Amino acid sequence: MTQTTYREALRQALIDGMQADSDIILLGEEVGLYGGAYGVTKGLIDMFGAHRVMDAPISEPAIIGAAIGAAMTGLRPVAELMYVDFIGMAMDQLANQAAKSRYMFGGQIGVPMVLRTQGGTGRSAAAQHSQSLEAWMLHVPGLRLVMPASVSDAYHLLRQALEQPDPVVFIEHKGLYTLKGDITAEPEAPWGAPLVRRAGDDLTIVTWSRMVHEALAAAAALADVGITAEVIDLRCLNPLDDAMIFASVARTGRAMIVTEAVVTGSVASDIAARIGERCFDWLEEPVLRIGGEDIPIPVSPALERGSIPSAGLIADAARWLVRREAPQWA
Amino acid sequence: MTERTNSGAVARYRMMRRIRTFEERVGELFLKGESAGSMLHLSIGEEGVVGLTDLMRAGDTFTTHHRGHGVFLGRGADPARMMAEIAGKETGYCRGKGGSMHIADRALGHLGANAIVGGGIPHVVGAGITARNRRQDHVSVAFFGDGAMSQGILYESMNMAALWHLPVLFCCINNQYGMGTRVDRSAGRVAFAERARAFGLAGETVDGADVESVYQAAHTLMASARSGQPGFLEISAFRFFGHARMDKSPYRTPEEEAEGRLRDPVARARATLDAEDQVSPADLDRIDAEAATEMDAALASAIAAPAPGMQTMFEDVYAPGTPAPFAQADRLRAILYEAAP
Repeated sequence: MTQTTYREALRQALIDGMQADSDIILLGEEVGLYGGAYGVTKGLIDMFGAHRVMDAPISEPAIIGAAIGAAMTGLRPVAELMYVDFIGMAMDQLANQAAKSRYMFGGQIGVPMVLRTQGGTGRSAAAQHSQSLEAWMLHVPGLRLVMPASVSDAYHLLRQALEQPDPVVFIEHKGLYTLKGDITAEPEAPWGAPLVRRAGDDLTIVTWSRMVHEALAAAAALADVGITAEVIDLRCLNPLDDAMIFASVARTGRAMIVTEAVVTGSVASDIAARIGERCFDWLEEPVLRIGGEDIPIPVSPALERGSIPSAGLIADAARWLVRREAPQWA
Repeated sequence: MTERTNSGAVARYRMMRRIRTFEERVGELFLKGESAGSMLHLSIGEEGVVGLTDLMRAGDTFTTHHRGHGVFLGRGADPARMMAEIAGKETGYCRGKGGSMHIADRALGHLGANAIVGGGIPHVVGAGITARNRRQDHVSVAFFGDGAMSQGILYESMNMAALWHLPVLFCCINNQYGMGTRVDRSAGRVAFAERARAFGLAGETVDGADVESVYQAAHTLMASARSGQPGFLEISAFRFFGHARMDKSPYRTPEEEAEGRLRDPVARARATLDAEDQVSPADLDRIDAEAATEMDAALASAIAAPAPGMQTMFEDVYAPGTPAPFAQADRLRAILYEAAP
């Protein structure tokens, strides 16, 4: 067990992966000399050379496209997209090329690549550098999708992503890079399995990425008033073994999905629908989605904070769901 | 100049004739109602590309655009498996999942035909990185049409290839039309090789109606690409027929079509062989007849081949042995019958 940061855990996963597999290359803007916009690849160009840590021109479509071609021919590229918001530039390469090649070509040609990127709010980076776009990825069959919330998951899920036979979109959260924690000797849960971060009996909170920490803070506050919330960290959105969610909701009878993304058309909506379908007879209350407001992210720190769920909002919603205690703002 | 041998020229003629005849049979497949859809883009008039495919080696890789039947045949494709794929059959190259626009064969180095204009171009940059990092003597070639000259990803890819000195060749088969728009209606200046040279690539334009000219130009560019100087080859051609099967080309005149079809690489190669190489008309007729027999058989076998089984729908979305998509029937069954989770 080593106390480290989310950023350093990601960096260590890349180093360990690259030492174990000489076919792994990094390709992206500022991944080499600069060391990555958020410092995740710092020093790697010195360790592995410019043929394995490739500083790319500002050409997001061709960065992902080149990674696809390298993956098709035997390398295991890690393309870095500096901000997930830039995926609009490259969505064809991701959704039409990387995701569909194995299928279109009848299983002959896989694309074992990782797209590392980061998203989310917290740095007043405004509307084009702060989004949570995982729903765009989840809507494309053929892509795996991972969003680590813990330091240990940052390490282990990235190591596991580097061993997958299909393209993995790996979305870090810019607000978590300085998070401290331990890297456990073994992964906290298998690839594709959610993890109960806190056990409880009164309601089930399903969440992922940075919102796991808001949900845990809410659960701690709820415990003070006698409500026990079960917090489930999805970790992997595809593959996703959702049986654990259903088992939890069947036991608690109440479910809330918390996301930083805008609610409309969100992953939370899909999880809510699944719970509605599978747990209909066990639900005491409507399945709640707590998410970002349906707006672009504003730059003002106050507005930015106010546009996404907080521990306070989650706790308020939980008290309404469990006890019908109306929050002050309602 | 590389030496042009008689046997090489005959082989290229044979391949061009096979491509021409194959494409004609694809047209028949459609007319018989046996093709999977009407999105069939024939490469008739573009057979001169054989001058390049003939120079590619085992281990070289390539991607094509949606009009790539000829390129794939030029690299050794089995016409029966191709025709079966175009018909959406289980015996096709992609088990009936891809069709004409998404045909591929890893064994022959075909990394995939693409239905997004320019979509496959950056993949050769990645293949070039693989060749460089593994110190392999392989070139990767992107084949695309003049329409892709207007796609930004081409320029991103050419820049990367030049920047990293990758063993890559960009091949624009300029058939003068992006769907219904002639090149002079989509480009302010139609001098495509100049654009490539501006990026630091070796860039040439060659008359695609003369396969031996294509062969000479491609020989130089492939050799330099193999040594890390990426190149660009524009093969000027004329698209004999419409964009796809349903297109009657109302945007161009019969006169233009008649004139364009005079630029026939197959007829020209035959005439050249007849005149200069003393290949007898009887020998050339035999080559043509063999192509007809072969492609008739490919057409018949494709029509007779079985459709894919319904269960194959869920295969190959993800790699074997990893979680597969949840079929709708299973999902509904779970909702209706699986009580307590």
